[in-house]
Amino acid sequence: MANQLLNVRGLETQFNTPEGIVHAVNGVSFTLDEGESLGVVGESGCGKSVTMLSCLKLVPIPPGKIVAGNAFFKGEDMLTMDSDEIRKVRGAQISMIFQDPMTSLNPVMSIGNQMAEPLMLHMGITKEQARKRSIELLEMVGIPQAADRLKDYPHQYSGGMRQRVMIAMALSCMPQILIADEPTTALDVTIQAQIVDLVKRLREELGMAIIWITHDLGVVASIANRVSVMYGGFIIEESPVKDLYAEPLHPYTIGLLNSLPKINREERQRLYSINGMPPMLFKKPKACPFAPRCEFVKDHCWQENPVLESYGRGGHRVACWVDVTTGRER
Amino acid sequence: MTTDKQTLLRVEDLVKHFPIYRGVIRRKVGAVRAVDGVSFEIKQGETLGLVGESGCGKTTTGRTILRLYEPTSGHVYFKGQDLAHLKPEEMRKARKDIQIIFQDPYASLNPRMTVREIIGEPMLAFGIASGKEIDDRVAELLDLVSLDHNYASRYPHEFSGGQRQRIGVARALAMNPSFIVCDEPISALDVSIQAQIVNLLEDLQKELNLTYLFIAHDLSMVRHISDRVAVMYLGIIVEIANRKDVYVNPLHPYTQALLSSIPVADPKFYEEHQRIILEGDVPSPANPPSGCRFRTRCPIADEHCAEVQPVLREITSGHFVACLKVTPIDDQKEVIN
Ligand SMILES: Nc1ncnc2c1ncn2[C@@H]1O[C@H](COP(=O)(O)OP(=O)(O)OP(=O)(O)O)[C@@H](O)[C@H]1O
Ligand SMILES: Nc1ncnc2c1ncn2[C@@H]1O[C@H](COP(=O)(O)OP(=O)(O)OP(=O)(O)O)[C@@H](O)[C@H]1O
Ligand SMILES: [Mg+2]
Ligand SMILES: [Mg+2]
Repeated sequence: MANQLLNVRGLETQFNTPEGIVHAVNGVSFTLDEGESLGVVGESGCGKSVTMLSCLKLVPIPPGKIVAGNAFFKGEDMLTMDSDEIRKVRGAQISMIFQDPMTSLNPVMSIGNQMAEPLMLHMGITKEQARKRSIELLEMVGIPQAADRLKDYPHQYSGGMRQRVMIAMALSCMPQILIADEPTTALDVTIQAQIVDLVKRLREELGMAIIWITHDLGVVASIANRVSVMYGGFIIEESPVKDLYAEPLHPYTIGLLNSLPKINREERQRLYSINGMPPMLFKKPKACPFAPRCEFVKDHCWQENPVLESYGRGGHRVACWVDVTTGRER
Repeated sequence: MTTDKQTLLRVEDLVKHFPIYRGVIRRKVGAVRAVDGVSFEIKQGETLGLVGESGCGKTTTGRTILRLYEPTSGHVYFKGQDLAHLKPEEMRKARKDIQIIFQDPYASLNPRMTVREIIGEPMLAFGIASGKEIDDRVAELLDLVSLDHNYASRYPHEFSGGQRQRIGVARALAMNPSFIVCDEPISALDVSIQAQIVNLLEDLQKELNLTYLFIAHDLSMVRHISDRVAVMYLGIIVEIANRKDVYVNPLHPYTQALLSSIPVADPKFYEEHQRIILEGDVPSPANPPSGCRFRTRCPIADEHCAEVQPVLREITSGHFVACLKVTPIDDQKEVIN
């Protein structure tokens, strides 16, 4: 068995807003093994980013507040670490790349200097060594004429190149975990395919574990070996990637997969669509958060929130009172 | 299947350049060739999908057709008139018949207007209805887009993204248009809401015999909704054909790579298929490559491609491709799809 790197238990994060308390993450538990690639999917606002940011203590406090839970990295709870300790983990062992590279790159600092700084800090190497290493890293992520481009500023790079720089920086200290938060959403499909291909290759070469956050079920299928589906601040289904697509067990996952246009559709067919809208998060749900939109809903679903439990094949877990294969309560 | 229908819109050699100015006296130093000679037709009741990477000129094409941007040159024939050369007053009248739905349902609705004012505004502006008539029409339109007509007195911020997009659709329908440019109408919406809006657009099309130019970067949604599909690259159309021809038998190397990049929601697919990964980025439209614009990223380009700019040629019936390597006599290649 592979070693467990991350073990997150019962994570709850809230935000205090003028409109009330937003229950962004409502008791999320998951694990990540060495070398594993975990996909996290779900629509906008379901808590994907806040979950990961909470684990790394990157949620702004206030308005944010981590109300409960633990996030063990190799046995140590990151949530109780002091700022020096957590910074060491973030800089060297767990790296995160964000959706919009422009907001995480400093616009008035050359790419070369931005890359060299953390290298000198965390790896304790000289400026000249850091420069060499930066060139290597940029070449590794496919930036042509890397040595010449170190002096350029972020706006002189294209969107795809900036995302590559972010990946290069995230990998610069050889992290054990790379958390990629929708790193390709803002990019074109051809560039997205380049980045996905790159990260897959780097994972094989460097053996790091990956958490890939996205709302695109296609991207997840191409990159993850395990998938967590989030809804309303909960993980509602978790499964090895193939089983999730072949035999989804949660009505929401089924709805999402069905609402995608079919490739081999011949005649014009109506798309399946999930009724209603994602939930507002101003109340912590006492019942199943998906009940108002669910086609399989039973009385029980309005009364009690189901927890993730194992069903079906190995490692497939779902939080649902209903067995979708029979339409009856379990 | 659509050949017996009438052509509603014919775009001929449409060009839109945005000048680039420099210096204190704002000297013109060049131009962004956003749309650089685009021709296509759309038949009555048909949906033409327009796809291509960011910055290739899709939005500019849509907006130039509506004269939201002044065309640099070219023609836009719509119901017998050339929109590109209408006088402002004539264009204003023609605009009743052609509408646009915007990408961003948040930015495209005036936050200080009620739903009634937003949807009723064009009717007031054209003076075709007033007071009670507008109220009735607004209620009818809200009905049409499946929103409760009691919502008429509310403001945009009280609605979700999907609901706002429905309001945008209702506004576009207010003047009974026959043609609607849908510029990425679903990209800003949640996955579970996208299907709702696409179904709505399809239902309305059937009910009202609407014609759509559907602009999107989601290639699988375009496949779903379109009768024909045009693929743009750096300001020009490189391939245009029936939906099926484009998706099942793409002939332009760019179309092939683009389709091969679509993420497929099936993990088994990735075990069985090798994707075509294009290298590099799209070049700047201010300074496009000589000859074929795609040649800098093309896996099969040679020296010849740098010299000659390919034009759209009909390869098989109704299937047009702009590539020097694809000729009508060519055997159809094996295509990864
Ligand atoms: N700084 C903040 N202040 C208040 N609310 C916040 C803040 N950050 C996040 N939230 C709220 O927490 C919830 C979860 O947000 P999160 O960013 O995790 O969603 P997400 O799943 O990553 O969505 P997306 O796909 O749009 O990135 C949302 O309702 C969001 O509005
Ligand atoms: N008003 C403008 N002034 C100057 N340049 C413009 C203007 N509008 C668009 N452009 C440029 O024209 C080119 C085509 O832009 P356009 O918005 O049509 O692309 P698009 O295909 O719609 O892209 P996207 O998928 O990102 O919406 C781009 O290079 C863009 O920067
Ligand atoms: Mg997010
Ligand atoms: Mg656009």
